[in-house]
Amino acid sequence: MALLEVRDLRAKVGDKEILKGVNLTVNAGEVHAIMGPNGSGKSTFANVIAGRPNYEATGGTVTYEGKDLLAMKPENRAREGVFMAFQYPVEIPGVGNAYFLKSALNAIRRYRGQPELDAMEFMELVSDKTKLLGLDESFLGRSLNDGFSGGEKKRNEIFQMAVLEPRLAVLDETDSGLDIDALRVVANGVNTMRGKERAILVVTHYQRILNYIVPDFVHVLVDGRIVKSGGQELAHELEKRGYAWVEPAASPA
Amino acid sequence: MSTQKEALQELTTAEYKAGFVSDIEMEFAPKGLSEDIVRFISKKKEEPDWLLEWRLKAYRAWLLMTEPKWANIHYGPIDYQGIHYYAAPKNRPKSLAEVDPAIMAMYDKLGIPLQEREALLGVAVDAVLDSVSVGTTFKKKLDDLGIYFSSFSEAVHEHPDLVKKWLGTVVPYNDNFFAALNSAVFSDGSFAYVPPGVRCPMELSTYFRINAANTGQFERTLIVADKGAYVSYLEGCTAPMRDEHQLHAAVVELIALDDGEVKYSTIQNWYPGDKQGKGGIYNFVTKRGKALGRNSKISWTQVETGSAITWKYPSCILQGDNSVGEFYSVAVCNNYQQADTGTKMTHIGKNTKSTIISKGISSGFGQNTYRGQVKVLKGATNARNYSQCDSLLIGDKCGAHTFPYIEVNEPTAQLEHEATTSKIGDDQLFYAQQRGITPEDATNMIVNGFCKKVFLNLPMEFAVEAQKLIQVSLALEGTVG
Repeated sequence: MALLEVRDLRAKVGDKEILKGVNLTVNAGEVHAIMGPNGSGKSTFANVIAGRPNYEATGGTVTYEGKDLLAMKPENRAREGVFMAFQYPVEIPGVGNAYFLKSALNAIRRYRGQPELDAMEFMELVSDKTKLLGLDESFLGRSLNDGFSGGEKKRNEIFQMAVLEPRLAVLDETDSGLDIDALRVVANGVNTMRGKERAILVVTHYQRILNYIVPDFVHVLVDGRIVKSGGQELAHELEKRGYAWVEPAASPA
Repeated sequence: MSTQKEALQELTTAEYKAGFVSDIEMEFAPKGLSEDIVRFISKKKEEPDWLLEWRLKAYRAWLLMTEPKWANIHYGPIDYQGIHYYAAPKNRPKSLAEVDPAIMAMYDKLGIPLQEREALLGVAVDAVLDSVSVGTTFKKKLDDLGIYFSSFSEAVHEHPDLVKKWLGTVVPYNDNFFAALNSAVFSDGSFAYVPPGVRCPMELSTYFRINAANTGQFERTLIVADKGAYVSYLEGCTAPMRDEHQLHAAVVELIALDDGEVKYSTIQNWYPGDKQGKGGIYNFVTKRGKALGRNSKISWTQVETGSAITWKYPSCILQGDNSVGEFYSVAVCNNYQQADTGTKMTHIGKNTKSTIISKGISSGFGQNTYRGQVKVLKGATNARNYSQCDSLLIGDKCGAHTFPYIEVNEPTAQLEHEATTSKIGDDQLFYAQQRGITPEDATNMIVNGFCKKVFLNLPMEFAVEAQKLIQVSLALEGTVG
């Protein structure tokens, strides 16, 4: 059974139809890249998977581990193992980074019938992961994303992912706004998360990140549909030729 | 996906848990206010002539005053002749053992430890029901230390010199419209005096409750910390749910002599009215402390979740050199609640220091106003003030307003003022949801984070209460792990 099975998914944001029939199968252990020009629906796809309000699925199905993902509340999708690294991570002043993450982890553990971690156990768990992302320990005591630089916010997303250990991770334009050093750190964090049990969906406009996170499959999304799929070489071709050459296929007669 | 909308809607479904009415046999003064009523109250309490005269002076001053209209609150006219100015349980107890079981049952329901067997809590409670004080716990233990803690009426008889010496020295009988009204008709309240060098070993506490219909509550509290004395005092308030508005106009006076300190904490949970804004308490309160001696300190902490209307400015007069004033406040306005609250710090002595931390939370159609004044008089050299006023908005129909007034007549003074306004946004709630946290828990986390600085100043067991109360006020019943 596939980990994620998307069939003819249609979705609108407000009144505007953005996804016009997306089909995608993702198995555990695979890394997929979803590429496409601006406005093609890449981020919409990621947000529909995560369950963002106002991103309304109007047709088709999304099956995750055999369950109807679209019927679940966003928090239950997260508890079932779906994680989205946000393109624009949200700032929550007054709520500590570590406190937030511990609450999240324990909410997920409670849902799964696992015992909650106390503060000591939690700190033990996270200290290795902060090193992995090159984060200073003092960063745990700061307010969530409050006053963080763009790079720190993106690293924090991957740090959270490393702690929460999702089965399906969706990275929504995680590379945007990162300099090359930060990109390496983030990609390295993601690569250590690759494994047989986990699938990763990398949503990106640029091929650059795929030099560091090498995908098994590359899909091109144009005007709300996946118009072309292939291996890593497809990403290179897009880098060279741009998106224009695949676009005609997007407008069926 | 409408979970966020549902969560926000839940915010408006707060239920008031202290809203029951108890069936206790009451004795009322006739409705309305006149010199006769003032005399009636004074006579009921068998007061000395000087106090009756003081009340009458206040009443005559009140007649010439008009209700203040400058606050950012809107309410219908108050019919001062439609209120009972005195209501008391018929069976006055001689000791705690004689307290009417119906009253005891009511306080049990509220979770107030009126019995001495609950000594473990370490809180001495004076409970005021409508107009009279019902009983004071721990009297013996406090007596041994020379601390007087009793109802105001008892103090008038047992320590008339102390009452006469300090009454009205911080809030004069003609201070303002509501203080004058209170001075004329105040029925009971608490009195505490801590002698020189004594540190009061337990939190003193008063629990106020308005039970009877069409009744106003006008309590008066006077707390004196003599030289080198320390006292921490807690006040809690509730009222039954009634459709009509009820008036509460209290006066609190605090005095700290050389090296003395008074810490006053309030958890105010008067009935706020229903979701449509019907009913609820009109809370017009004058609270002021005088740091009279050198190195003295007055500290106010308030958590305001109740009342339909709140008009309240716990203030500090920093008269002694090196004296310190503090104001920590969380005010919650949900549904149609309105609050105009803040503080006044008046720096008179040299090297005086004040701190203001105000946190306003608005939800539903609530309107929350911070109004604060920092005044540095000529000669208050090296006065310092730090003010921080933060507002948190939940939903898009509520409002937050900030009116800071600063008046400095001393060039060596240093003042800092910071203010922020933030909103719990849908994107914050979704972010938390995407990490497995429900919107209710996320809102709780954000609200608690917002209030942290104030909660840290509450005595431990009250901090927990305060946190719960705010959850209930905003109807956030979820728990954070």
